[in-house]
Amino acid sequence: MLRDALLLQMGYNATLVALGAASLGVAAGATGTFLFLRKRSLVSDAISHATLPGIGLAFLVMVALGGDGRWLPGLLAGSALSALAGLLCVTWLTRHTRLAEDAAIGAVLSVFFGAGIVILTVIQTLSSGRQAGLETFLLGSTAGMLFSDALTLAIGGTLVLALALLLRRPMIQVAFDPGYAETAGTSVSRTDFLTMALVMAITVVGLKIVGLIMIVALLIIPAVTARFWTNRAEYVVALAGLFGGLAGYLGAAISATAPALPTGPIIVLIGFALFVVSLLVAPGRGVLAAALRYRRFQRRVHLRQGLISLAQGQPVYERLTRRLLRREGFLRADNVITDAGRARAAKILRDETRWQAVRRSDSLAPLAMQDNGMTDIASVLTADQLAEIDRRIGGPKGVTP
Amino acid sequence: MKDAMPQLATDEGRPVADTLAQSPLAIRGMTVSYGEEPAIFSIDLTAEPGAMTAIIGPNGAGKSTLLKAALGIVRPLSGRATVFGKPLAKQRARIAYVPQRASVDWDFPTTVMDVALMGLSRELGLLRPVRARHVTRALACLDRVGMADFADRQIGQLSGGQQQRVFLARALAQDAELYLLDEPFAGVDAATERAIIVVLKELRAEGRTVVAVHHDLSTVAQYFDNVFLINRRKIAEGSVETAFTAANLQEAYGGRLATGQIDQLVLGTV
Repeated sequence: MLRDALLLQMGYNATLVALGAASLGVAAGATGTFLFLRKRSLVSDAISHATLPGIGLAFLVMVALGGDGRWLPGLLAGSALSALAGLLCVTWLTRHTRLAEDAAIGAVLSVFFGAGIVILTVIQTLSSGRQAGLETFLLGSTAGMLFSDALTLAIGGTLVLALALLLRRPMIQVAFDPGYAETAGTSVSRTDFLTMALVMAITVVGLKIVGLIMIVALLIIPAVTARFWTNRAEYVVALAGLFGGLAGYLGAAISATAPALPTGPIIVLIGFALFVVSLLVAPGRGVLAAALRYRRFQRRVHLRQGLISLAQGQPVYERLTRRLLRREGFLRADNVITDAGRARAAKILRDETRWQAVRRSDSLAPLAMQDNGMTDIASVLTADQLAEIDRRIGGPKGVTP
Repeated sequence: MKDAMPQLATDEGRPVADTLAQSPLAIRGMTVSYGEEPAIFSIDLTAEPGAMTAIIGPNGAGKSTLLKAALGIVRPLSGRATVFGKPLAKQRARIAYVPQRASVDWDFPTTVMDVALMGLSRELGLLRPVRARHVTRALACLDRVGMADFADRQIGQLSGGQQQRVFLARALAQDAELYLLDEPFAGVDAATERAIIVVLKELRAEGRTVVAVHHDLSTVAQYFDNVFLINRRKIAEGSVETAFTAANLQEAYGGRLATGQIDQLVLGTV
């Protein structure tokens, strides 16, 4: 059944939803990356919660004008307007008061959301509002999605994605170094506003399918997931788009396999699963890779310290050090040094003596600054310098390098 | 020290002296305030063309603020800055800025080459693809500061001094006429300090103007032609010989420098 869903064999509606969610995921992932790089991820939360009063007000206005009230473009326009109002509030509070941005976000988010809930409750009590179904905008809904809805998602998503790619250079420049960007001719305030406008657009586009509470996940999770895999901003954008699209597609397909599975939350959970896998296994920045690197380095340090102690005829107290020395064949089971251990210890001691000579040398002393205890002397000194040092300390005393 | 006025190509091929007749950077009556306490008060500064000027003063004297106000990064309460005789907004292409190293997040996902290429952002615009000649130019700028071998490194893997050199390379890529640097020597190793000063003196030799916030009084006379002493107010401005004096230093630093220390600094210059 899941296989059918993934291969778009679950029927017309499920296919529409999967394709719509995938295009939304790509656009949201790529756009959200710029917000993440600018370290303003939470602003998207304020923006999305600020859409709610606009939805309610748009419904009331459309009913008052004698219309249906549920006309999607009208509702989305209303949500965009109130999201913009929320964004302007956050910007104004941050710029003109002593409030930090996180406090401003918290205040705006809760006030707008509260106002929205009040308006929605009022609508529920109106006769025209019974069937409104506006609460689906909270958590999203794909039930009864029309071809035109899917088309809106695809076109809106593509448009936002194209704009985001068009503006990628100024947005990355401002995210990295706003002060410099300003002097290099990129207006920080304008670029920030455009970034926010794109986020706002994607939020409005995604309201119907994932809902306003969870859209932030679609904007931010793909970006933080992508960050694990690359050190270049443009690749983060591309990978975030990929992860976002994947989450949208898989989430929609999986939720189609059972009638009771909500699409938006499943999409978010798939995105989270991709995040967890990346967090664990990504090379370089992943948790496992970092732990492995740490362990490997710790073992090198212990071995070196242990061998220095042995070379100087001092006992080795730390159990980990003794275990490592035994495993490398430098110590016997009864903690007596082996021939291999003696040879290696002599080599390390020679390098220590060399470093000491470098530190005391007039001409080479600055190079000694690069020694951190684990530095290979041959990587700092040239062969000639090394020979000169060896000549001063009386040459390598019977040690094969 | 800046005897031979060097050649600097201008767009219209006009003689250099005409272009540089007006000061590269002139600040008049600049006051910047965070809250209701001026960080700098009514500052006048006139940078000499083709010279290196150090902005010096104690911590919290408003050195960086002055630079940022001149660049339009912070909005002044009053006063204005002109660049080559015209308002800043029209002259941005002629200025390159090297911010304080600590002002950015070095874990940002970008490489040394990408940062150097940002210096070409005006030329690249939104859409123009990065071509081989852009990469070549960026590499040449990195090479000038000894960082060409690190082009593919993520910037977080660099030492502080290397990061500072990358920032300078980005500014070099802009090929500007006025270079404004915020503490370029702060917290860098000796090799980096040498590399940076060599490049700055090259810029001066090419007829460009350098203005740097500087914190190390012991190298002022060795590195710079002019000094601008500030402690919220302007204390003195002029050549090192005339303005970098015991009296001016005492005035700028208040009681924070011992008399013996000042004598050593100033006597060391003659």
